[in-house]
Amino acid sequence: MDAFWIILTGSLVAISCGTLGCYLVLRKMAMVGDAISHAVLPGIVLAFLFSGSRDPFTMLLGAGAVGLLSTFLIETIHRRGQLQEDASIGVVFTFLFAVGVILISMYAGQVDLDQDCVLYGEIAYVPLDLLYTKSGASLGPRTVWILGGVLLAVIALVSFAYKELAATTFDSQFAAAIGISTTLWHYALMGAVSLTTVASFESVGAVLVVAFLVIPPATAFLLTDKLPVMLGLSAVVGILSAAGGYALAVAIDGSIAGAMAVVGGAEFALALLFSPRYGIPARIKRKTHEELPSVS
Amino acid sequence: MDTILDALMLSNPNVRYVVFGSVLLGCAAAVVGAFTVLRKRSLVGDAVAHSVLPGVCGAFLVTQTKHPLALLIGAFISGWLSLVVIDFITRKTRVKEDSAIGIVLSVFFGAGILMLTAIQQTGSAAQSGLDKFLFGKAASMLLDDVMIFGGVAALLIAIVALFFKEFFLLSFDRDFARVIGLRVPLLDLLLSTMTVLAVVVGIQAVGVVLMAALLITPAAAARYWTERLGIMVVLAGLFGMMAGVTGAYISTAAPSMPTGPWIVVVTSVVFLLSVLFAPRRGVVAQAVRYKRNRTQITDENILKALYQMGESASEFTTVHSTEEIHGHRRMQLLTLQQGLARLRRQGYVEHHHRGWCLTSEGIERGKRVARLHRLWEVYLSRHLHLAPDHVHDSAESIEHILTPELEEQLASELNYPEVDPHNSPIPYRKKAKQKPETGTRNA
Repeated sequence: MDAFWIILTGSLVAISCGTLGCYLVLRKMAMVGDAISHAVLPGIVLAFLFSGSRDPFTMLLGAGAVGLLSTFLIETIHRRGQLQEDASIGVVFTFLFAVGVILISMYAGQVDLDQDCVLYGEIAYVPLDLLYTKSGASLGPRTVWILGGVLLAVIALVSFAYKELAATTFDSQFAAAIGISTTLWHYALMGAVSLTTVASFESVGAVLVVAFLVIPPATAFLLTDKLPVMLGLSAVVGILSAAGGYALAVAIDGSIAGAMAVVGGAEFALALLFSPRYGIPARIKRKTHEELPSVS
Repeated sequence: MDTILDALMLSNPNVRYVVFGSVLLGCAAAVVGAFTVLRKRSLVGDAVAHSVLPGVCGAFLVTQTKHPLALLIGAFISGWLSLVVIDFITRKTRVKEDSAIGIVLSVFFGAGILMLTAIQQTGSAAQSGLDKFLFGKAASMLLDDVMIFGGVAALLIAIVALFFKEFFLLSFDRDFARVIGLRVPLLDLLLSTMTVLAVVVGIQAVGVVLMAALLITPAAAARYWTERLGIMVVLAGLFGMMAGVTGAYISTAAPSMPTGPWIVVVTSVVFLLSVLFAPRRGVVAQAVRYKRNRTQITDENILKALYQMGESASEFTTVHSTEEIHGHRRMQLLTLQQGLARLRRQGYVEHHHRGWCLTSEGIERGKRVARLHRLWEVYLSRHLHLAPDHVHDSAESIEHILTPELEEQLASELNYPEVDPHNSPIPYRKKAKQKPETGTRNA
């Protein structure tokens, strides 16, 4: 049963992150996702301190706010401070993450988080924290409920705003011309990424969030040209790496989050080799075909 | 308190090593980072930092020791491999660089975590402390570590000093570097190798996640203070050294405090101060410059308006009410009132009970703005063949920018025209009004 809950948790994170990640990858903003996933840490810690508990709503609120703040800072330093974007990302997320780690060690007694957990989470403990009904029947792990809610929210966002997100992603000038606010949808997407990150953070840690934000979408990107197909494939790739990662971790008795990232990497490598259109052998074949001297 | 004092006095030889080592680490990472940032590869540095972990664990698995040299070699190999993979994915597939960085970063790090946890499960006593690589701890460096990591850091600084000119060209003008016969691919390789080495040693101080800050933040801060690469590299090095010293002191004075994060926070504060207060590129300096320009433009527009009103009445010392001026030149009423008050303080206008009139200085300055405006209109219509109704907007902005030298050049280039394309006369200064008999410049 534990295995089921752990794989389910991993899959929920994988689908939420992968769905949003598709947009990040297509917008060439994968590293902003990376930055947010690290930068929300002080928000989580502060929410802990203020609410004194793991109340999910305070956490989502606090960390979501810090996530948005970090994208705002990145943009502001890039625009107003005229610093190139990659450096701006690097400066902002390391600073916020550092503040988070310092807060953790200052309030170590009050905050039930430690540095290792921040990086690679405690997915193995997910099945231990169960929700119960009043009559005492178990409803399953708390995390699963929270992540399930987040997944519904992400699916709702992507289906209601499908047109807007697609337009601002593929052709922001066209989007602006037909009256879709690129800024609004930028921050809506970033807000969703922050919320998903926060919800996933505790159970899987910062690194697996990054892995699920980037690897399944990039793998799907190698396999298709259509956005709906890419979204679906990314979910499938994510679920496979959650299940495969669990098996690998059990086999060699190591970190589950780490193993899930490794399996994701293997799937990406497979797509790289065997994608019929965008795999490397396919590309080489096409290239040599094209470069055949034309016979006059 | 004693420990702080000890640390400050460097009386304890252990503390001396730690301080010395951290200073070198911070400095080397920042100096190499300056080139990483300039080549827009900051986040590649982040990926390399995450990617050394499997190498460290691998080296431990092979040698079963934590000898710094073995770990260094392992870290170096996997860090280097991550660069190759990022480069490969970016070049050979449709996946863009940002995604490639994200993939490599998380997969390598995931593999590292997997290996680390698996090693920890074996219960081997020798492994304890491997996780120092995750978060870094300057103070726990032993003499051996300081010798090796400090040595690498010193080597990096020396290489930068030695190849400064080559790296300079590589960062700014690769084509030129190639043309004058530099081996660009080889230099690229050298710089990448140095980035990996800087990461490998810097991780000792701040750990995996925050390593990017050691590379990027000092260089980004230094960029605000100067336009010259040499100064930027030295400044970045100094900021990095500051970070190293701070880290070492915090480690020795408050061992329960996490060293790496404090180093990063200190550097970030330096960065923030630079963004805000650097003399030319800083946000405050820019805001001041912007405000000053706005003020100058408002003032000159008011003077020009008064001058033009005088022109149509052929009488420059007439008194005009604020409403009249406002009717002639649309702007915020408050801006106009403040501008008039300011001009009065500066002696360009006088206030009478029914309104405002120009002083002789005010007439000269208003005349100059009108002159520049009209000269520019002539220039645009003659040289760019723009229609007379298309030249006004451009002249409206250029009139505040032209320097006296440019004005002189423009006037002589146009051979001192009498009127602008709208047939308004161009008012010259008294002595410039006679055309010089010789000395019109050759166009």
